[in-house]
Amino acid sequence: MPRDTIVLLGVNHKTTPLAIREKLALTAGYEEPLRALGQLEELREYYLLSTCNRVEVLFTCRNVERSRARVLELLFANAVPKEELDRHIYQYLNDEAVEHLFLVAASLDSMIIGEAQILGQLKEAYRQAAKFECSGFVLNKLLHKSFSVAKRVRTETRIGASAVSISYAAVEMARKIFGDLAGKRVMLVGAGEMAELAAEHLVGQGVAEVIVANRTLQRAVNLARCFNGRAVALEELLNQLEYVDIIISSTGATDLILHKEDVRSVMRERRNRPLFFIDIAVPRDLDPAINDLDNVYLYDIDDLHNVVEMNKSERDKEAVKAQRIIAEEKLKFSKWLSNMESTPTIIQLRAMVENLVRAEVEKSMGRLDGLNALEQQGLEKMVAAITGKMLYHPLHYLKDDNHCISQQDRINIVRTLFQLDTRNDDQDGS
Amino acid sequence: MSFLLFQASVVIYLLSVAAYLVFFLTKKAAMRRVGRAIFLAAFLVHAVNIVARYIEAGHTPITSHHETISFFAWSLGCCYLSFRWRYTVKNLGTFVSILVGALMLVAAFSSREMLPLAPALQSWWLPVHASITLIADGFLALACIGGIMYLLQEREIKTKRFGLFYSRLPSLEALDKLNHHCLSVGFPLLTLGLITGSIWAKQAWGAYWHWDPKETWSLVTWFLYAAAVHQRFTVGWRGRRVAILSIIAFLSVLFTLWGVSFLLKGVHTYAS
Repeated sequence: MPRDTIVLLGVNHKTTPLAIREKLALTAGYEEPLRALGQLEELREYYLLSTCNRVEVLFTCRNVERSRARVLELLFANAVPKEELDRHIYQYLNDEAVEHLFLVAASLDSMIIGEAQILGQLKEAYRQAAKFECSGFVLNKLLHKSFSVAKRVRTETRIGASAVSISYAAVEMARKIFGDLAGKRVMLVGAGEMAELAAEHLVGQGVAEVIVANRTLQRAVNLARCFNGRAVALEELLNQLEYVDIIISSTGATDLILHKEDVRSVMRERRNRPLFFIDIAVPRDLDPAINDLDNVYLYDIDDLHNVVEMNKSERDKEAVKAQRIIAEEKLKFSKWLSNMESTPTIIQLRAMVENLVRAEVEKSMGRLDGLNALEQQGLEKMVAAITGKMLYHPLHYLKDDNHCISQQDRINIVRTLFQLDTRNDDQDGS
Repeated sequence: MSFLLFQASVVIYLLSVAAYLVFFLTKKAAMRRVGRAIFLAAFLVHAVNIVARYIEAGHTPITSHHETISFFAWSLGCCYLSFRWRYTVKNLGTFVSILVGALMLVAAFSSREMLPLAPALQSWWLPVHASITLIADGFLALACIGGIMYLLQEREIKTKRFGLFYSRLPSLEALDKLNHHCLSVGFPLLTLGLITGSIWAKQAWGAYWHWDPKETWSLVTWFLYAAAVHQRFTVGWRGRRVAILSIIAFLSVLFTLWGVSFLLKGVHTYAS
């Protein structure tokens, strides 16, 4: 019987503009969508990843077309019309899905190639899926593999070392606007990890003060302490705009927190001193029209990407090396995957048992060529019979379709029991 | 003698334009130093040329078209070097050297004939008025160049499409500071130029103000800059708006300097 197909559906920063991505992002956390996916009987195993730059769902199923339609309907139908969704979404099957996941984990598909955050996000997504028991045998193996691939890429190439992060791009833009950053004030709105990173870079450039505004004041206070800054409540945002120069916004708010008119009124009080807004939240926090105001510059995450693109070429060399590692790992995994079908296991098992029996027979009978043809035939028969009898139950167990344990689990049990995977490596290279 | 020096300075200016353009396109820092050194050499040769012409003509050589344009180019170089001495504005030299080179070419094709000075104009107000006004114009030209650079850079930053200029032009802040500096030096000088001109007019023609086209247009120019300075220093305009205003006002400077002489006739028609 054929094995389940691994399907990966998703949108990322390359295929989809931010305006669509922010509608698709699973802002409410993983629990609810994972539960909803659990209702679909088409899916065997599944997991979800939602970050600033991508929303991806990975699952195994029998009928790809039907599962795809149902998953998309379930997750995204409310957010974006179907035709539009179809234009942006990509779909990878089996090997391609594996490769894509590895690329994502190794941060080769990131907006900023080589940034380390994605691996953490991937692990968190997997942890959630595992918590609700959504991932099974194949996905567990696949995701664990993707973590180790990411690690391998990171240690064997310099891709992480020369990574130019979003935050670095933000600093570069700030320098193009303000020239010297000494004496400038930065405000973080929302205490996200990305914002923290950007603030760290800016502090490195000598900014005078870091102000943190957050919905929960306690977190703001904690973060502000890291930068020797001060914390304010989110409600004070507008008042603070008069004093700060760079605003990094990364709240989880679903609506805009700052509109064009708010900023326009502030500019008068600022005597038109420039303001630089960086919106790294998805969905966006800041009204895109803010950019139309004089002396106000608004960059969202896609725009920063363009800045990053400009100094990318150096990292491309390391990316080639990383691609090779991924191609290698993909091959290994697809070999493992093909072992998951029962036929190779049966053949392997048969071969292994037969070899064992034959070896024992040979040992006890001494040299076999002393026998005549008839005796030899008899021995062959005996070897075949013992093999057949020994394997009857395991094979039955493998082939039977009415088990409460899934076939893949059964294959795995048999393979573990007979140590097929460890033996396999040193016996044949096929 | 002065003619030879003039031609030498034109050639050296053009060389510095070439060096600066190479720097602009390749972003090689060495070319920048080369361009700057050549520009400085041209500037010095040019200065000697002006002194030589002064000796040959017997009066301040800011009367004919050729002389005015040449002196204007020199004062622009002077303003640039004085600014460059205090601040670094990336690639400003490229833009300035192009403008100076262009002015020198225009001067090279104007009549170099030395005209005898009308008796009414023989006064030491001539060097004072003319040089102050032209140096003011030099600063204002620099403000205009800064404005153009600001608009180019701001457009790329605003639209987020990074093309030729983004990496080659300095920060918006530096360009705005350039505008600030040039307006705050250029405007008082312009005012001083107007005042000295008017005193000289009283001396030469008996009245402070004649409302001849040149005077009227200088007043228009002065009001444009007064507006820019006012908006900048009291209302707090900056960036794009002041940049645009500086460019418009400088067009008015150019018109006052030459347009008026060709299109409208008046007492300032020194070129006739």
